[in-house]
Amino acid sequence: MKIHTIPEILGEVPFFRDLKPEYREFLAGCARNVHFKAGEFLLLAGKKATHFYLIREGHVALEMEAGNKVFSIQTIGEGQILGWSWLVPPYTWHYDARAVEPVSAISFDAKCVREKCEKDPVFGYELLKRFSRLIAERLMATRIQMADLYQ
Amino acid sequence: MQPPTPLQTAAHPMTPVSGRVLRRRWETDDTFTLDIEVAGGRPFPFAPGQFNMLYLFGVGEVPISISGDPDDPSKLTHTTREVGVVTRAMRRLRPGDTLGVRGPFGSAWPVSEAEGRDVVVIAGGIGLAPLRPVVYHLMRHRLRYNRIVILYGARSPEDILYAKELGQWSARLDVEVLVTVDRAARRWRGNVGVITRLIPRAPFDPENVVAMVCGPEIMMSFTVLELHRRGVASERIHVSMERNMKCAIGLCGHCQYGPHFICKDGPVFRFDAVEDLFRVREF
Repeated sequence: MKIHTIPEILGEVPFFRDLKPEYREFLAGCARNVHFKAGEFLLLAGKKATHFYLIREGHVALEMEAGNKVFSIQTIGEGQILGWSWLVPPYTWHYDARAVEPVSAISFDAKCVREKCEKDPVFGYELLKRFSRLIAERLMATRIQMADLYQ
Repeated sequence: MQPPTPLQTAAHPMTPVSGRVLRRRWETDDTFTLDIEVAGGRPFPFAPGQFNMLYLFGVGEVPISISGDPDDPSKLTHTTREVGVVTRAMRRLRPGDTLGVRGPFGSAWPVSEAEGRDVVVIAGGIGLAPLRPVVYHLMRHRLRYNRIVILYGARSPEDILYAKELGQWSARLDVEVLVTVDRAARRWRGNVGVITRLIPRAPFDPENVVAMVCGPEIMMSFTVLELHRRGVASERIHVSMERNMKCAIGLCGHCQYGPHFICKDGPVFRFDAVEDLFRVREF
C-alpha cells in the first residue's frame, strides 16, 4: 500500500487542489498527521486558535452550549476544513469541536502558516481567497439554517 | 407517458369517490400518514408526484400528494402535516372512517426520462412524502438507473420523516442516502447542517443526472443554486411546486403561477419552465 505524503494528500482535496505545488509543499511544512478518539475535542471555545485541520476520516461536530444543553450546529467531514478563527485576530475559537467518531486529520500550525503568509503575500492571498470562500459558504449555510427552511 | 387521470368511478373530476381509512400512523409530532381504500376496493393507479384532493365531509377539501407505492394501487397513502382546519380534523380519523377522494391530478416526476442516468432525490422536511413514490419506483426498477442518491434534510432528528425506511434504504449497498438536520442534541451521530451542504459530496455525475427536488420553496431555491454550482443544468432539475389548489383541474385559477396552473401543469415542473418565476415574491 502506498503511503501518501502530506503534499500529495493536499493535492487531492478540492480546497487545496488548484494551489501551486510549491505552495502545497510550503503548507505541508507546517502540517502533521493527527488522530482523535470519539468524544475527544479538537477545538474548545475561548481557547487560542493555534491550529486548523483538514479532516481525512470521520466527522467532527461543532457544538455550542445554550441553556445547559449542548447542541450540535454543524458537522465537518472528510475532505473539509475545520477552523478559520486562526486567521482572524484575536485568534480564539468560537465553538467546541468534538470528534463524533474516531477522526484522522492533518493539523496545520497556525503561527507557522501565518508567518508564511506574511513572508509571501501571493501565497497569503491564495490562502485567504480559499478561506474567504469557506467563511462565505459557512455564513450562507448559517443564514439558511436560521431561516428554518422546513417550517 | 401521460400520468393517470382522475379515477373513472367518479362521474366528473369534481365529484369525489368514497374512501375508507384503513390505518393512521404518526410519523412525527405533527405529521401523520393515512392508508385509504377506495370504495369497492377498486385499484387507484397513480404516477409518482401526483396528488389527490381529500374531502372531509362538512369540513373541507385539501390537496395532498400521494406518498405510497405506485406499484401497489390497492391502497392510497397520504402523509400530511396538521396545519389547518381540514388536516387537524383529518388527524382524528380512525380506521373505518370515510372521506372523499378526487384524483389523481397533476404531472409526475420524470422517472422514465431518468432511466440510464444517475438520479438524485433531494427532499426537505415533509417534501419527502411526494418523493417517496419515486424512491419506491427506483428501488423496484433498480437496474434501469445508474447511481441513486437520496439527500434528505429535516429540522431536527425528531422531525425526520419515514425514519425507519430511510434506515432501510441507507442499508442498501446500491443506494447512497445522506441525511442532515439543522440542529441536534449531542446524542445525534449523523450530519448537522443545511441540506445544500450535502450536494458537493453527493456521488453523482452532474452531466448525466436527473435531480428531483421537493420541499419548501426557499429550500428548493438554495438547493437549485447548489446543483447549478455543481454543474447540473436546469433542464435536468425538476421541482414540485405548491400553491393553494381548489378545483385541481385548472378552472378556478387559485393555483395560478405565472402562465401555469400548478394543479394542471404541475405540481412537478422542469426547472427551466419556472426558473423566471422562482422566488419572485409576487408569485
